[in-house]
Amino acid sequence: MHARARTAIYFVLGALVLLVGVPLLLSGWILFLLTVAGAKALAVLGVVLLLRGKLLTFGHALYYAVGAYAAGMAVKYLDVREALVLLALSLLAGVAMSAFLGLLVARYRAVYFALLNLAFSMVLYGILLKFYSVTGGTDGLGIAEPTLAGFRLGGSSLRLAMYELTLVLMTLLVYFTYRFFASPTGYTLRAIKDNEVRVEYMGVSVWRAVYVSYIIAGGLAAVAGGLIAISVGHITPDLAFWSQSGEFVFVAILGGTGSMLAPVIGSVLFEFVRNYAFELSPYTWQMTLGIVLLLIIFFLPGGVWSLTTIAWKRGGR
Amino acid sequence: MTVLLETVGLTRFFGSVRAAEDLNMRVEQGEVVGIIGSNGSGKTTFLNLATGYLKPERGRILLAGQDTTALPPRAITRLGVARSFQIPQLYLGMTVLETVLLSLAARAGRIGIWGPLKRQDRNKEGVQTLAQFGLDMYAERRVGELPEGSRKLLDIALAVALRPRLLLMDEPTAGVSTEDKFEVMDTLVDVLSGSGITTIFVEHDMDVVQRYSQRVLVFDQGLVIAEGQPAAVLADPEVRRAVLGHV
Amino acid sequence: MRLLLVVALDGLTYASWLFLVSAGLTFTYGVLRVLNLAHGNLYALGAYLGATLVLRYAATGYTPALAYGLLFVAAVIIGLVVGPAIERLFLRRVYSRDEEVQLLLTFSISLILEDVVKLVWGVNPIFADMPYSYLGRVRLGGINYAWYPFLLTAIALAVGGLLWFVVTRTRLGKVLASVIVDREVSLTLGINVPRVYTWAFAAGAVLAALGGALTAPMFSLAPGVGAEVLVTSFAVIAIGGLGSIGGAALGSLIVGLARSAAVYFFPELDLFAIYLIMALVLLFRPQGFFGEVEVRRI
Repeated sequence: MHARARTAIYFVLGALVLLVGVPLLLSGWILFLLTVAGAKALAVLGVVLLLRGKLLTFGHALYYAVGAYAAGMAVKYLDVREALVLLALSLLAGVAMSAFLGLLVARYRAVYFALLNLAFSMVLYGILLKFYSVTGGTDGLGIAEPTLAGFRLGGSSLRLAMYELTLVLMTLLVYFTYRFFASPTGYTLRAIKDNEVRVEYMGVSVWRAVYVSYIIAGGLAAVAGGLIAISVGHITPDLAFWSQSGEFVFVAILGGTGSMLAPVIGSVLFEFVRNYAFELSPYTWQMTLGIVLLLIIFFLPGGVWSLTTIAWKRGGR
Repeated sequence: MTVLLETVGLTRFFGSVRAAEDLNMRVEQGEVVGIIGSNGSGKTTFLNLATGYLKPERGRILLAGQDTTALPPRAITRLGVARSFQIPQLYLGMTVLETVLLSLAARAGRIGIWGPLKRQDRNKEGVQTLAQFGLDMYAERRVGELPEGSRKLLDIALAVALRPRLLLMDEPTAGVSTEDKFEVMDTLVDVLSGSGITTIFVEHDMDVVQRYSQRVLVFDQGLVIAEGQPAAVLADPEVRRAVLGHV
Repeated sequence: MRLLLVVALDGLTYASWLFLVSAGLTFTYGVLRVLNLAHGNLYALGAYLGATLVLRYAATGYTPALAYGLLFVAAVIIGLVVGPAIERLFLRRVYSRDEEVQLLLTFSISLILEDVVKLVWGVNPIFADMPYSYLGRVRLGGINYAWYPFLLTAIALAVGGLLWFVVTRTRLGKVLASVIVDREVSLTLGINVPRVYTWAFAAGAVLAALGGALTAPMFSLAPGVGAEVLVTSFAVIAIGGLGSIGGAALGSLIVGLARSAAVYFFPELDLFAIYLIMALVLLFRPQGFFGEVEVRRI
């Protein structure tokens, strides 16, 4: 009980700091960066989830864009203004799309899985560009300021509300993913990474575990897209482009796959570094990413998260 | 006595290599049958065919009268067949307990996405299962860290945990030192006796087969060349030449 | 009737381009079991270098006919310099690791090369159309068609034929087959497997760069050409079966003709024709037409 009480106290303190302290003490711009980082962390979480089953996808931006455009089009064509409804629509669209594409994709592994997802994401990109009368093409869509549970938002109140909303949703979804991962299907996913044949010989369906994981990952990315759409207020087809998928993969590897929290750490780290570094040299940004990825592959395969476990052990708790 | 497993005219070639040709055999419920043969005689292929991992070119496989020839391993497992492997097929990244818990959950059909795999009552059941095989002290260790012999036992334990009606074991004592062979088999027999599980085990150690099987099938180049009581069959010079290479 | 001829010719041109562009990718995968995500970048490098050499050369005023050779030179330079560099410095170190890690590695190389192109050639479009326009046009069955695409087809056929010949009729082909089937045994047979890998990767790189160099005269070059090429190549070789040259040829032909038909008869579908075909083929034959299904030994 003593340990559980202590964990509860940490949790409450942490919640207070994040929910109240951060908005009070930090500037609006940093709040915005944190919101974007937190939202994208969900998409990265989806990538990490699949990686735990040894499934690498280079097309996860597909669901990110689906979620964003579901929200955008609901605003434009259905006149929806309530943020919570928009996010629900994003989630629904993401789940529907991943349930559909998953039927084909879930039977593949390794190279095929990675590139099939890439191919589909680029198809979506093409669609978003081509049907510009519906999607706005390269101009994209603007998303009008939403309401949250009835309250009209704008300017700094929108920023604050989106920060809090992203924080809450992120916590909830990270928790859900954690529960999934601790469930028999989650363990099946882990088992698939090590030995698919044995899983089948246990009478358990490998395809089902992959399919379910794929849908969850797609849903996570779609919610991320919806949050971004509302927070940023403008979306373009670039959200589906392969470099966005690549960014998710990069952050997944940067953060590490060892924990459900690693994507959050990685995403925050990435957004802040990108914000300041991109200004310095836009023509070498991708090269920098490539070099960092190489360094991680060779010297820190577990990502930044593995540093925390090393520090933990050294600290000698 | 009902026939649990039967193959009729089972045939499978790998190019020109004959792994099985017109193989007819049957095993009755409750029997403990040993399959013996030299390397390359088709023993493992037989298990692969019987469990649906490979498809035969001709012939049928019947499980309690039901034709399972076209079924995949997962379906055949769900019909009550479990199998262990010549090279242990394990999840090296998980702990021993987690592996057993997954097997137990699979048996109970509990593959959900919300309720946790680990729970106090289920953990206990898992540890008990491991204890039957003397593996309970490894419960929290990663499978990849286990010594070779324990991996073999774990591989078999996972199959037994499924409480099958037919257990197929591929060389359960392969890689085990001669002193330990009988100990391993005694452990297995202890666990299996009284359970009514029909057992077929593939071996190339004649002593093990002689001591633990009620009936013996001798494979040679994809054909069943002899069958019957272990003592008589294994004394036959033809059999000894086929299996050992000498009389 | 004339329309059908146009569709057929366009289809053939596109198929030739697809084959040249994807042959290298499938060849590298076939030998090394690695899908080189930097393939598109090698294509781009070949295209940019080829275009630059041609533009410089055109300025000198020498006979235009020699410009075509420069395209080949560009491809060979890129392939033999960048290819072995990637394989020996980076790829070689991850052969023992998971396939996913190998993909990530080629992905990071791809990210680096993306910016290398921008740094060296800038972001403004480059168009070296001289080799294309120099050949002029021809009247065929009542249509006015450019000569250059036929050159492309001829080279595609030559490349295909050469690859087929090397793989099936030469000793080098037998060495490759041995390495593909069993790396360990090949080592014991005395084959210098690491060197074979380097050369195979380099060959794939040369092919990729050649695809780029030969296409440069047809379109204006801008950063980002590589990505689409990678995805398109993958779709073609997925249809044909990863690792199969014949599959790449078949896949190119099917996709080329289908896309050409789509452009004229179902314009809304032209972007997706290739992916639709890919999805259809994979639904019914997951390993592609000539791909192999690998069954693990247990």
